Amino acid sequence: MEWDAPAIILDVRPFGEGDAIATVMTEAHGAHRGLARGGASRGRAATWQPGNLAQLRWVGRLADQLGSFSAELIHPAAALAMDDPLQLAMLSAACAVAEGALPEREAHPRVFDGLLHLIARLPAGPGMLAGQVRWEALVLADLGYGLDLSACPVTGATEGLVHVSPKSGRALTAAGAGKWAPRMLPLPAFLLGAGAGDPVQWRDGLRLTGHFLARDVFGLRHMALPLARQALYDRVARMTETESDA
Amino acid sequence: MGGPEVERLIGLLAKLPGLGPRSARRAALRLLQHPEARMLPLAAALAEAARAVRPCGHCGNLDSRDPCSICADGQRDRSVVCVVEGVGDLWALERAHVHRGLYHVLGGTLSALAGTRPEDLNLAPLLARVGAGGVAEVILALGATVDGATTAHWLTERIKPFGVVVSRVAQGMPIGGALDVLDDGTLAAALRARRPF
Repeated sequence: MEWDAPAIILDVRPFGEGDAIATVMTEAHGAHRGLARGGASRGRAATWQPGNLAQLRWVGRLADQLGSFSAELIHPAAALAMDDPLQLAMLSAACAVAEGALPEREAHPRVFDGLLHLIARLPAGPGMLAGQVRWEALVLADLGYGLDLSACPVTGATEGLVHVSPKSGRALTAAGAGKWAPRMLPLPAFLLGAGAGDPVQWRDGLRLTGHFLARDVFGLRHMALPLARQALYDRVARMTETESDA
Repeated sequence: MGGPEVERLIGLLAKLPGLGPRSARRAALRLLQHPEARMLPLAAALAEAARAVRPCGHCGNLDSRDPCSICADGQRDRSVVCVVEGVGDLWALERAHVHRGLYHVLGGTLSALAGTRPEDLNLAPLLARVGAGGVAEVILALGATVDGATTAHWLTERIKPFGVVVSRVAQGMPIGGALDVLDDGTLAAALRARRPF
């Protein structure tokens, strides 16, 4: 059994002295684990960094075996993001969410394409945080926990949606939320197609998708939201504090 | 094969880095063939090292003295602290005789994917050292990996408020290296880190 495809490296854990167990994501195979021979060695560690895009070849005697990977680097996203703490935090968070949220060997082509575009556009800076929130909403939708931002279930209005119910994931207007408004999650306007957002909206967006990822995806497996994802939220929350101080 | 003692010796040797079961058998055989000349001195040295060597309370280096011989050396520049991931990195810099300041060994790097948090590393003593004053520069000599870079950013954000210069070891062309054999990431880092010549 073997396949050859472009893949995003999501996670690499040392195995033995020079090898690694890697989790990658491809368009046709979804999240896939395998043994990366020499993946933790000096010569190949540069390729096996989370976030990198590589041309990957997987070989296994049987389809259900762990198998082994060999990789040729296509785009060194990790090396390009290392100098910028926000880019690095975004890259780590996206890889950690994909690695933890997606079931193994189940194709999610939309999620793969979204992650590919997100990684390619990381150098665009903080503006890509809106893209990251949209991608996380896409992960939720692909896993069957999509947000419904089409209309307020209370008033039926399709305009003026400003909240999301933390229970149902449906958008609400201020009137629809009524006295429950303080318990609702803020809905950032960029998720409805209005602009690219600002630090407050990015923070709210990360809080929104983080809530549902934690409850519906990671929580169901008794896992916490990945540390990298929590660290990204903390970083963006600090951005809003810096902005309000200024 | 040679009794449980020999099997246990081979099993323990095989756990050492660089040795697998086959090479552990060869090493055990060599030791057993010359017990007076090799095995007993080695056993004594191992026992002595296990008894005497401890992590330095200041920097985390392994030494039989606390503070270690580097921290206790009055000739060293105490205003410059080089931060490394492990004792192996410290030894590498000492072998090269390129750093005459002090060190701080973190004992690893922050890793969101592996779940290594700041409290799992020797980070708080470093911040305390910097906060106590007398340190003018902190050199971050951490690996050029996602985890190394994450740790470097974490430290930079916490050290800079003390008014201390934070620098990082360069990334790029190795001495004797050729451009065409470098990976894309190293090439990109090398070009970004170019300087007037």
